[in-house]
Amino acid sequence: MIHDMIAIVQDYWLLLLIGQYPNGPLGGLANTLILSALSIALAFPVSILFALARLSRSPLLRWPVTALVYFTRGVPLLMLILWSYFLVPLLTGADVPSFVTMLTTLVVYQSAFLSEVVRAGIVALGPGQMDAGRALGHGYLGAMRFIILPQALYNMIPSIISTFVSTIKDTTLGYVINVPDLTFAASQVNNQLLTQPFQVFLILAIVYFAICWTLTYFANRLERSITRRRAGLSNLPAAALVAPSKIISEQL
Amino acid sequence: MSGFDLSAILGNPEYTAMLLHGIEMTFIIYAGSWSMAMALALLLLALRLSPFRFGDPLVATYVSYHRNVPTLVQLMLWYFGIFTLMPSGVAEWLAVHNAEAIFAVIGLGLCQAAYFSEDLRSGVRSVSPGQMQAARALGHGYVSAMRFVIMPQGVRNALPPLINHSVSLFKNSSLAVVIGASELTHAVKEIENLSFRTFEIYLIGTVLYLFFSLVIMSIGAYLSMRADPARSARA
Repeated sequence: MIHDMIAIVQDYWLLLLIGQYPNGPLGGLANTLILSALSIALAFPVSILFALARLSRSPLLRWPVTALVYFTRGVPLLMLILWSYFLVPLLTGADVPSFVTMLTTLVVYQSAFLSEVVRAGIVALGPGQMDAGRALGHGYLGAMRFIILPQALYNMIPSIISTFVSTIKDTTLGYVINVPDLTFAASQVNNQLLTQPFQVFLILAIVYFAICWTLTYFANRLERSITRRRAGLSNLPAAALVAPSKIISEQL
Repeated sequence: MSGFDLSAILGNPEYTAMLLHGIEMTFIIYAGSWSMAMALALLLLALRLSPFRFGDPLVATYVSYHRNVPTLVQLMLWYFGIFTLMPSGVAEWLAVHNAEAIFAVIGLGLCQAAYFSEDLRSGVRSVSPGQMQAARALGHGYVSAMRFVIMPQGVRNALPPLINHSVSLFKNSSLAVVIGASELTHAVKEIENLSFRTFEIYLIGTVLYLFFSLVIMSIGAYLSMRADPARSARA
């Protein structure tokens, strides 16, 4: 069985890695990673705007974004993909590649989720930072830009990596609209072999596991070092920090 | 396609029957995988808390696999992979008894068990160790202290993440369409193919998912309130 898997990898590694490129569209693992990275890169600024809108005093800004976030959290991603699949070509009036459809969906979806993370990051700083910024003569935007966001975003780096991991997992749903990603490449391999579906899909699972596990591991390590640095206790072991932060969060 | 017309779908008995069947299948898959996940999560938690030396790394590996491999790939591995490895008698029985739905339940249930068990574990961990000592001092054995003192508090602490994950399990039930289960998303796509009323049927499907997600969230909010009125009032 392991021999079968090694043979599959030897025969099809290029297809799994980059799809049919250069004879066709770029696909495989490369496409999965590009799609995930692009959607996070685009969703990140949007999510900051969403978070600021949700924290704003103006109901005109707050309500539509809150509604969008609740909508996105209540509807399966698959449903949103099907929506974009038919709406994006309708709105742009052009034949849109499935990659763009998937990217659009992921940006909307991850912006809604990431905005909750950003909002939590800002709220966690407490009102004192904003008061201090204002007292120093910053306006609201200035205080946000120079005092609140740099701290909040720094604290949020591990959560952003986690969101990146879930985006990688979410890109698999592009399979439904034939995005030529890693899952698509694996099913192509399966269709060519026909006799070893278990081996093919096990390879697929192992590749996703390797990528996501590594990223999660780094996110966890980063989280510990950031907690330590924020607490100003760079010499203490990480374990010493767990107890006090637990007590604080219980009291809140 | 002429104008927006919901009645073209809701007024057609064939389409409404397909929708109702889809909703029924979604709920069968949801209820099946939820129950399986919760039962398995309790088992995983017990294994992790037990003095058995390999329990902890075993459960940690289980959780790590299910959290780092996309749910869709897990479902594909079950339905396209493991299904074909099964002895022909079992495979035939499954094929007759709606194999798609059964594998959706198995795949989603095993995956969700990992999330539920982590929720429960952090819930139990946040119960202070003094509670166990006090229960033992009152004459409870380990099992009975867990049953009457630790678990009720642990589950109560774990309620918010459990509710969140129950909602995401409901949404993930839509992935079953990829392995061919005839649930709600499947019904939506079928009706779209038959009626060409794309906008209307997606709207109906989306509203249904949103409605049931909100129902699950409100049941969860009600349970949290019942479990701990004081904390809910503060929140």
